[in-house]
Amino acid sequence: MAIPLIYNIRSVRARWTSAVVAILGVAGTVGVFIAMLALARGFKATLVSSGSPDNAIVSRAGSSSEMDSAITLTQERVVEDTVGVARGKDGPLVSPEVVVVVAFPLRSTGTDANVEVRGVSPKVLEVRPSVKMMAGRFFQPGLNELVVGRNVAHEYVGLDLGDSLRFGGATWTVVGVFDAGGSAFDSEVWCDSRVLNQTFKRPEDIFQSATVHLTSPDALNSFKDALTSDPRLNVKVEREIDYYDKQSRALTTLIEILGGIVALVMGIGAVFGALNTMYSAITERSREIATMRALGFGAGSVVTSFIFEALFIAFIGGALGCLAVLPLNGFTTGAMNFQTFSHVAFAFRVTPVLLGIGVVFALFMGFVGGVPPAIRAAIRPIAASLREL
Amino acid sequence: MKYLHLLTANLKRKKIRTVLTIGSFVVALFLFGLLVIVRGAFSQGVDIAGVDRLFIINKVSIIQSLPLAYRDRLLATPGVKEVTFSNWFGGVYQDPKNFIPFFAVDEESYRQMYPEFHIDDDQWAAFMGDREGAVVGAKTAKRFGWKIGDRIPIMGTIYPGNWEFNIRGIYTAKRPQDDTTQFWFHWKRLDESSPQKGAVGWYIVRIKNPDDAAKVAKSIDDEFANSPYETKTDTEKAFAASWVKQMGNIEFLILSIGAVVFFTLLLVTGNTMAIAVRERTAELAVLKAVGFSDTFVMVFVLAESLFLAFIGGGLGLLLAKGWSLMGDPTGGLLPFFYFPVKFMIAGILLALAVGTIAGILPAISAMRLRVVDALRRV
Repeated sequence: MAIPLIYNIRSVRARWTSAVVAILGVAGTVGVFIAMLALARGFKATLVSSGSPDNAIVSRAGSSSEMDSAITLTQERVVEDTVGVARGKDGPLVSPEVVVVVAFPLRSTGTDANVEVRGVSPKVLEVRPSVKMMAGRFFQPGLNELVVGRNVAHEYVGLDLGDSLRFGGATWTVVGVFDAGGSAFDSEVWCDSRVLNQTFKRPEDIFQSATVHLTSPDALNSFKDALTSDPRLNVKVEREIDYYDKQSRALTTLIEILGGIVALVMGIGAVFGALNTMYSAITERSREIATMRALGFGAGSVVTSFIFEALFIAFIGGALGCLAVLPLNGFTTGAMNFQTFSHVAFAFRVTPVLLGIGVVFALFMGFVGGVPPAIRAAIRPIAASLREL
Repeated sequence: MKYLHLLTANLKRKKIRTVLTIGSFVVALFLFGLLVIVRGAFSQGVDIAGVDRLFIINKVSIIQSLPLAYRDRLLATPGVKEVTFSNWFGGVYQDPKNFIPFFAVDEESYRQMYPEFHIDDDQWAAFMGDREGAVVGAKTAKRFGWKIGDRIPIMGTIYPGNWEFNIRGIYTAKRPQDDTTQFWFHWKRLDESSPQKGAVGWYIVRIKNPDDAAKVAKSIDDEFANSPYETKTDTEKAFAASWVKQMGNIEFLILSIGAVVFFTLLLVTGNTMAIAVRERTAELAVLKAVGFSDTFVMVFVLAESLFLAFIGGGLGLLLAKGWSLMGDPTGGLLPFFYFPVKFMIAGILLALAVGTIAGILPAISAMRLRVVDALRRV
């Protein structure tokens, strides 16, 4: 026969001090665990959402990122005429791009951080339809004008709409702010690629990559085959999403490994806390338990009952931990993208899946912390326990 | 000391509880060590930066180069003692995950600039005599099992192509926090293969008087102002610090995790000690009845908590030390992996502080215990 669950809930209430300790232990662990995963997911999501499934990025074969790639104007012309490239009103939707990194002072710390300045084609808004202008206007081809991502405007000093600034030996004006829907482009500054090449005294007909808008996501394979089999070219074609997924890998691995170790160690600590609480609870209650056994509850029911109690405590702890990290959702922070040495702003992402993982982790800790004490409670001889104080 | 037996007897009574409480301390202090190591791994560059070295990069950003001609102009700047320069060479060995910092260096001046790195004169001479030679840090050599004389193929990413290097020397460092993961090769070789001749990644200068750092930095930047290649000069420390800040707010992350852990630990031990005292009310009353003073009883309870803290904390710190000796778990992203002694001492003090705070309330209630009440309650 099962011991009524209300017995456990009431006993948690009666011994609330030790229960609170165990609950907080579990809550802290779950909180840190979820926060770490949310950080890694947020970073990854920010970079991955920069890519879209119907875009492809063409770069030099063997390059590891745009930073060390090169595409000539002649090659870019070949790319434009390949099958699978979508066409807009002004011809094929291809944006040949150059990237330089410029240091600007962060508002928060006053120290410099690297910002990616991307020279793009005037057609870029058609190539990347997810990017929308939210204030001001788009730059005019041929002028020293900048449009800045949403995060750039409020994270850096001197990059607000209408500001003039100097870098690379030219004076630039910020004429617009764009919204890239929370992707890494929100941490970038865009301008005309030809102007950027001139300002930085780079050869005029060499770009670093070309982003191509495809007619459909399925067109990638034929597009890729056409380019890679062309003897005039020595290029690599990647779906934009895959390119950014690779970019995020170094940092997410770092966070996941370190976060995993920290959560594991904290988890062991929380299991110790839970064991301690359950053992004390059982020692204090040895008479009660013996009485129940004497009344006819079997050893199995006692074990089930105590495991339930441990799970109950762990569940409250887990839920509390989840609640505690919920406000982190959307909290923006910044980190370095190791591939491009530039600073990317991103938000913590606390998803329902992560919360679920957190609760499961809590229940697991409760189970590990509850089983040995429960077994101990069940196998103690009844007569001895009743006689004991 | 003669009461030590009583103390240990008390601890042995509830073995599981003692083990678990010590276990909580072990875990917490291990985590403390881990956080200190990780923090250090991110910010070590700041701690080891030389006070008399200035770092000069292109004002636009570090990936823009500076002309080679600046070397002589820098040497002529008042307050500057010596100058060296270097370039970042992105390279892949076997797998992109194997991160190695490759530097093309101006050999002699670079060696003089960083006296903390030691290399045999013979090995150095061999390196200087081989155009394809390279010198690697001891840590990197050990990681990939490289020996002197090995030929290492590297795929260049910034400077494309397949590069081959002969390992001619392995450098070491005395202090454990020094970076022995670098890979140096001849700057001239890089320059010869590069389409842009005379492009230097960054300059490092040693100044005569560290107190003049700000003044010299300003005069360097003024010297090159309004040229096509403007500079940004900072002390090595400031440069490293701004690099760390860009990595993200590691400090805040670590402090908040640490705070959560210690708060939890405090609760767990405080609770255990409270239970232990409650269980032993009668015994403590007997102790008092046979003539032990109130203070003695208080110190006795406190000593038990401190004992647990010391054993558990010490064990946790030793484990952390052992873990740090195993090396970087991320495959080269964090080259400095080391647990300084001063933080071990701080850790043990922290454990004792937690032990005191956790034990003080039960100890005071034990001290205030009235013998008559306590004996009657049972």
